[in-house]
Amino acid sequence: MGAKHSSEEAWERESRTDLCWEQVQEGLAHAVDFSWAQIKQLHQRFRLLSGDQPELRPEGFDGVPDLASNPLRARIVHAFFDNRNLGKGSCGVSEAITFQDFLGIIAYFRPSLVRAEAPPRDKMRFLFNLYDQDGDGLITLQEYRRVLEDLLSAANPREDGASVRAMATNVAGGALREAARASEHPPEDGESYPGITFEDFVRTWSGIDLEVKMQVSFLNLEALCK
Amino acid sequence: MWHQALGPGWKPLLLLALVLTSLRGARGFEEEPSEGGSFQVVTFKWHHVQDPYIIALWILVASLAKIVFHLSHKVTSVVPESALLIVLGLVLGGIVWAADHIASFTLTPTLFFFYLLPPIVLDAGYFMPNRLFFGNLGTILLYAVIGTIWNAATTGLSLYGVFLSGLMGELKIGLLDFLLFGSLIAAVDPVAVLAVFEEVHVNEVLFIIVFGESLLNDAVTVVLYNVFESFVTLGGDKVTGVDCVKGIVSFFVVSLGGTLVGVIFAFLLSLVTRFTKHVRIIEPGFVFVISYLSYLTSEMLSLSAILAITFCGICCQKYVKANISEQSATTVRYTMKMLASGAETIIFMFLGISAVDPLIWTWNTAFVLLTLVFISVYRAIGVVLQTWILNRYRMVQLETIDQVVMSYGGLRGAVAYALVVLLDENKVKEKNLFVSTTLIVVFFTVIFQGLTIKPLVQWLKVKRSEQREPKLNEKLHGRAFDHILSAIEDISGQIGHNYLRDKWSNFDRKFLSKVLMRRSAQKSRDRILNVFHELNLKDAISYVAEGERRGSLAFIRSPSTDNMVNVDFSTPRPSTVEASVSYLLRENVSAVCLDMQSLEQRRRSIRDTEDMVTHHTLQQYLYKPRQEYKHLYSRHELTPNEDEKQDKEIFHRTMRKRLESFKSAKLGINQNKKAAKLYKRERAQKRRNSSIPNGKLPVENLAHNFTIKEKELELSEPEEGPNNEETSGGIEFLASVTKDVASDSGAGDTGSDTPLTGRSSPRRPSAAPQQPLLPPRLARPRAPSPAPPERISSATFASEPGAEPEHRALPSAHARSAAARRVHSRRSFQRPRPRRRPALLKLASLPGSTELPPHALEQEETPL
Repeated sequence: MGAKHSSEEAWERESRTDLCWEQVQEGLAHAVDFSWAQIKQLHQRFRLLSGDQPELRPEGFDGVPDLASNPLRARIVHAFFDNRNLGKGSCGVSEAITFQDFLGIIAYFRPSLVRAEAPPRDKMRFLFNLYDQDGDGLITLQEYRRVLEDLLSAANPREDGASVRAMATNVAGGALREAARASEHPPEDGESYPGITFEDFVRTWSGIDLEVKMQVSFLNLEALCK
Repeated sequence: MWHQALGPGWKPLLLLALVLTSLRGARGFEEEPSEGGSFQVVTFKWHHVQDPYIIALWILVASLAKIVFHLSHKVTSVVPESALLIVLGLVLGGIVWAADHIASFTLTPTLFFFYLLPPIVLDAGYFMPNRLFFGNLGTILLYAVIGTIWNAATTGLSLYGVFLSGLMGELKIGLLDFLLFGSLIAAVDPVAVLAVFEEVHVNEVLFIIVFGESLLNDAVTVVLYNVFESFVTLGGDKVTGVDCVKGIVSFFVVSLGGTLVGVIFAFLLSLVTRFTKHVRIIEPGFVFVISYLSYLTSEMLSLSAILAITFCGICCQKYVKANISEQSATTVRYTMKMLASGAETIIFMFLGISAVDPLIWTWNTAFVLLTLVFISVYRAIGVVLQTWILNRYRMVQLETIDQVVMSYGGLRGAVAYALVVLLDENKVKEKNLFVSTTLIVVFFTVIFQGLTIKPLVQWLKVKRSEQREPKLNEKLHGRAFDHILSAIEDISGQIGHNYLRDKWSNFDRKFLSKVLMRRSAQKSRDRILNVFHELNLKDAISYVAEGERRGSLAFIRSPSTDNMVNVDFSTPRPSTVEASVSYLLRENVSAVCLDMQSLEQRRRSIRDTEDMVTHHTLQQYLYKPRQEYKHLYSRHELTPNEDEKQDKEIFHRTMRKRLESFKSAKLGINQNKKAAKLYKRERAQKRRNSSIPNGKLPVENLAHNFTIKEKELELSEPEEGPNNEETSGGIEFLASVTKDVASDSGAGDTGSDTPLTGRSSPRRPSAAPQQPLLPPRLARPRAPSPAPPERISSATFASEPGAEPEHRALPSAHARSAAARRVHSRRSFQRPRPRRRPALLKLASLPGSTELPPHALEQEETPL
């Protein structure tokens, strides 16, 4: 126990030097649900990704080998630098993020303590932003199609680009029509449906128990350690 | 109460039972006729058929009983079927006993373990929602292992404690007997749980936890039972610490060994079904036989047989469902359900019948009542304790209501009964007490708890499961979501559930599926597309139905091919749409289910730029065609893009191919004459196929078509080009025609897993040099005999893919001039138009009943 304690202190000292301590505390305030051990662990991870720099750049994610095969890799990395997710404005991309920002993004995936009826809107917003890349508040056909291209090309490695594109276009069209029909204000005859709005997006997720799903267990082992 | 509810069905049933017993009584005199030496016209040989006859009659009785139960919806909605069957069994047993005064029909352990249990467990495994199961595996394992041990130990020890206090009076049993009894009564029974929970419809997480527990605790039960039985045999004082250690070791051997046996047999089964293409009729048999062998094998090795067959079902389901044909899949599904449901029916009925035997009943009020109390109380305590631990790690907390249902759902059943009957009376002195107590426990849990669990669930407002079709958006989001979660785990350096699933699905895609799935199945197993096509189909049908109602469509629903053209849409659309829609409908009428997948495959094989667009259009129209015709997002924005890109690609290919053919003409390529001879005949055949269908095209287009086709052919095969250049030179384009025709006319019916076309393609190009660079128009008259009609039609269709380059353009070829592109795009614009329609009509006239990829109606698969 003593060893653990001293290592914690060492970590604290260390982090004071290269990290603005107020930031961490702010981050803590931002992510209340993270325990000390979780933050410590995530900070180690952050340092690993950033190469011991206080700020993490997109290149840092290249060092995650398992991420390379993820079809949505670019999107997810982008989400870490998306100002909308970082709470830094309604559009644009940050050059680099601090540990606090990193923690904030990860916090979208922490299990929330209260079991709410509706999925929390900040989580939904994060997902919506993954689709809505240009930040106009609509998931247009183009945007939807690009997501599907990523997904389908990974799932059908034998297909060539053109046929994946065609598939993605078809499926995206169908999905958008379905969303249009389920929409709060379904388009009248002859009216066009520009894209999925955030409200409609929330609606399409209503069948999925997001609260159950959008959770990653962050080193929950600390329950044992205590 | 249920007597009245049964109403008219009751009397025949009674009669049948009486007949049954009187038949048994008739056994005495059936021998007599054979004594006279003269030839008997009719002989009554009851004993000859007795055993199978009685079995068949029992099955008939049980099945008829099921019909009768379901005559009254009110009864079955309140009383679970298992409880009704037990009561029926009690009544029938009473009748039999009244007639015979011996209990001749009982549920024997052999019957139960060898014939009745395996189908139920296989059914459970084969239709296991894998994702849910593995998602909750940790929880399930904890309940199954720790929970069962806890139940066994506490129940046994508490009973022993009460026994020591003298409340039970004099019994000839020791501590080990109590523990043995505890171990066999502890396990929650899969058959009972399935029977009751299937009617309750609790939410899926709750269901999978209770049900998974009941399946996986078998290993624990088997080990505990065997250990304590051998301890009882040894005698209490001779048990050493080594034996206890051995017991613990044997737990791991039994459980892991059983699982391993299951996995191995699942692998075998998947592998076998990969090659059953030509023996479709016995395909379903493999599923049952090999799974059953896994059960018997692990029984033989004294491993956990239930685990083996469960995991056999769980592991093979994905590959088997992908490999076997649609019809076989349906057969497997129905047979499995029938066997399982039949076995379940018989089990419960025989449980009731077995109870009617005064010889087994030894009553000890304290023992029976305390057993009931202890198993309920300790189950509840166990659940609460384990859930308390689990909830610290589970992301989805198990709440108090869930815990109540889990405790209350701990039903005991036939496994416990079969185990207790297996006990040796010489070793376990109070066997009859155990048997009767087990029966009471089983009846109490199945009947009383089964009856009350539904009101309880309603009263507690337990989250119910909702059965509905997955929406396309949900599927898509779900898919994306999995990737997002695993990415977050990757980034944050956690090895969590998503991480493992991601790694597993990668491994599965890269290796396992390649080994265990047919090549055609590997291609087309994307669930997203399946959902999309199912929706598409539904909408197309409803659209046409609507149209028919309004009288605007003149579909003639007859299977004759001529009707393909007999389509009259009121709205102006490309003709291909009509053809395909009516094709879909016709298929849907004639076949059990329309396989969109096969259409999809064909669609994909048509790589023609314009056809792609047309098909795309077709898809767009198929899907809710009327209301949402015009949209901002519609492809009008998109298609020009696509066209442009593809034109670019085609141009690149043209340039590259021209260069290559130029090169090869210079180098000369007659290097491989042997191979050329070998494939001569085949080639001739292919040439015939490739040329004849074109003869069907309108004559004025012929020349034009072929010149363009030639050019297109030059473009094709860019990826294979570089690989084969050294050996066979560059004139692969002709070979590629033949190859494409071969593989695609094959793909029309068999999918592309014929090894011949795949393997021989690299060599076939060597045969090409002998073919003159004539337009096929000239080659055509040489074709000796016309192919049969089907052949033609499929080949007509198949000749199209030959025209379309199969591969991506090489990024290296960037040079292009605007003029060339314009020329090219004009050409590609003109080219397919005359051919498209006939080709699609032919597509529609393809024989529809051929081998279809099996997924369309398949159950949910895990990867999503």
